[in-house]
Amino acid sequence: MKLPMMGVINLIHETEEMGSLTANRCLATVPFAGRYRLIDFVLSSMVNSGVPRVAVFAHTKFRSLMDHLGSGGNWDLHRKQSGLFVLPPAMEDMTDFGKGDLYQFYRNRDYFARSSLEYVVIARSHMACNVDFAAILEQHRERDADITVVCKKWPHAQTGLTRKVKLDASGRVVEMQDHFGRLTSDLVSMEMYVMRKDLLIDLVATSLAQGKDHLVRHAILPRLTELKVNAYLHDGYLGVVNTIPAYYRHNMELLNPDVWNELFFRPGPIYTKVKDEPPSRYRSGSNAIHSLVANGCEIEGTVENSILFRGVKVRRGAVVRNSIVMQNGVIGENGSLENCILDKEVEIRPLQQLKGTSEMPFLALKRNVI
Amino acid sequence: MSRNECIAMLLAGGEGRRLGVLTKDLAKPAVHFGGKYRIIDFTLSNCVNSGIETVGVLTQYQPLVLNRYLGIGSPWGLDRREGGMHVLPPYVRQKGGVWYKGTANAIYQNIGFIERYEPEYVLIISGDHIYKMDYGLMLEQHKKTCADATIAVITVPWADASRFGILSVDEEGRVVEFAEKPKQPKSNLASMGVYIFSWKVLRESLIQDEADSHSSHDFGKDIIPKLLADQSRLHSYRFEGYWKDVGTIESLWEANMDLLEDEPSLDLYDRDWRIYSVNPNRPAQYLSPEATVLSSMINEGSVVEGSVNRSVLFHGVKIGEGSVVEDSVIMPNAIVGRGAKVIRAIVGEGAVVGEGCQVGSVDSEEIAVVGSGAVVNAEKPLEEANPI
Repeated sequence: MKLPMMGVINLIHETEEMGSLTANRCLATVPFAGRYRLIDFVLSSMVNSGVPRVAVFAHTKFRSLMDHLGSGGNWDLHRKQSGLFVLPPAMEDMTDFGKGDLYQFYRNRDYFARSSLEYVVIARSHMACNVDFAAILEQHRERDADITVVCKKWPHAQTGLTRKVKLDASGRVVEMQDHFGRLTSDLVSMEMYVMRKDLLIDLVATSLAQGKDHLVRHAILPRLTELKVNAYLHDGYLGVVNTIPAYYRHNMELLNPDVWNELFFRPGPIYTKVKDEPPSRYRSGSNAIHSLVANGCEIEGTVENSILFRGVKVRRGAVVRNSIVMQNGVIGENGSLENCILDKEVEIRPLQQLKGTSEMPFLALKRNVI
Repeated sequence: MSRNECIAMLLAGGEGRRLGVLTKDLAKPAVHFGGKYRIIDFTLSNCVNSGIETVGVLTQYQPLVLNRYLGIGSPWGLDRREGGMHVLPPYVRQKGGVWYKGTANAIYQNIGFIERYEPEYVLIISGDHIYKMDYGLMLEQHKKTCADATIAVITVPWADASRFGILSVDEEGRVVEFAEKPKQPKSNLASMGVYIFSWKVLRESLIQDEADSHSSHDFGKDIIPKLLADQSRLHSYRFEGYWKDVGTIESLWEANMDLLEDEPSLDLYDRDWRIYSVNPNRPAQYLSPEATVLSSMINEGSVVEGSVNRSVLFHGVKIGEGSVVEDSVIMPNAIVGRGAKVIRAIVGEGAVVGEGCQVGSVDSEEIAVVGSGAVVNAEKPLEEANPI
């Protein structure tokens, strides 16, 4: 059913430490889980929840983003009414580039104004999760909140960079700090904020008028007493994917069938750009176990505890262990990989051996021949 | 080629009776093949890859699954402003309507559709066949030889020749004789059911054929023999490569097994000639720590916890712990329970082989078939589980 809420996927000043994985692409389009890009998870969640209108506020290195999203058809967002809007940064001159998200929201205010949808959800692209925004909006209305921030209980050691959140007994947010802050809490922010569109427009205008241009830091954090900011607790899977160790860890967690089922199917399927690859082929000498294999792969060697993206070739005698091999990678005869991340189209020569550690995997650059 | 120089008419009404429970609710072109595809994907992809972007798809028998699958042709890039793909079922006119009485009558009833595009040439193909072919090359030859009709032919083993339409040709490739399923074949050149006609000639002969009350309105039986008798210029076009008519359970199974050879003659991995299909949108396949997979093809969304050898698995298939799947084809969303055995079998879409059950065997000549949606378990053996 159609939800009275529009979506914003905010790629402006994303917090990330992804090294060469974001050398030529934005965080939103980092390949993940064998056949997806990070943005697919939040975008599919919005579509499955009935959000009819989604704007992606692009900022830097967005060629791969435009290529991936196209007209939005793969997410069923190619529509006559609403659908997908990709909004590159609006700049008078280069200095505007450094300005925050509120400035870009202001410059693109027509996107908000031209729709009668009452609510807006502002999200980031790097949360690997499957979220029901309808349930979030329902809680938001029930509790009569001004802002609802989606949070996740996070008792594990930190791998991704997240804001920490502290609640009072009633579930109201009393404190929120950036990832480098000293606040100790087992609750992390999933950086998804639901509010009335009118409130957002008001926050944009008020903040910019005071020379402040960051949504969370300048408009929300200073108003935790003035506004009723509530938390919604997400109980499904979450991967905060904005550092290399987190990227490696959350890919590997998909080898747990419970996580696989939860992230990819519940509450709805995750969509991505269609590539028309044939099924994967396992040859006579192959030995593949405990792995995630996307379509179009040809496996003649050994694959263990690994994620293979579309069109990867593992030649005879080659061994791939605890590794992530992105699209069209080739592991030559008798080559071996352990704890490696190969960016797209990397070729490993025959007999070559590469090894990283599980804390810091070896990372090969796109199109390298090693 | 200019947009409407040549348009394709794709016959997709085949019943596929000999495929038994697999075509109970769907037409033969919609039968699953090769881990991801339906048979019709091959001809539709051939059209697009050959630069033919106007395709009329003639449907008749059990069209629901097929119609839903085809949609407006987007998966093949055939949702175009001009031309594109159109589904053409039989329809009612002012003077009443009739089913398509034969392949030729199906085209006859759609002369109006073809005329809208004013084509020079019309390609007639069947959605029942699996092959990769550049129709553009065939059209080039058709033009060069100034033929009225060109028939694609393939060399078949002499032993099988009596199952096909057999052509005898002279040294220039001109057809001198045509015999539909001859008892004593004079040649082993079989018609592939792929024809290019100059539209003026075809239009004329369709109208004549319709008026002939003795005709069965079939291309192979009526149109081609008549053109030959009238001394029209009929040429053969030699095709070399993989071509298969999967008319029976055995041939469907075999065609799937052909894909598992080390160098299969039907190459699905050729990026310059992709076979397009409706994407099921599933995550990457998962192999458990206990899985073994050898000489097999597996599609996205499948979960393998047992042992899979020389088999083709479609999307969303689950192979339970301790189960064994050998020399088999498992169609979309089918489930093979824990400890079950599936050997020399085809398991239909959404079917279930219950825990510990066995379907098929190594010694069996016949391929065991579990019909779509059938559930085989301890109480219900295969013979009772299949829908009638």
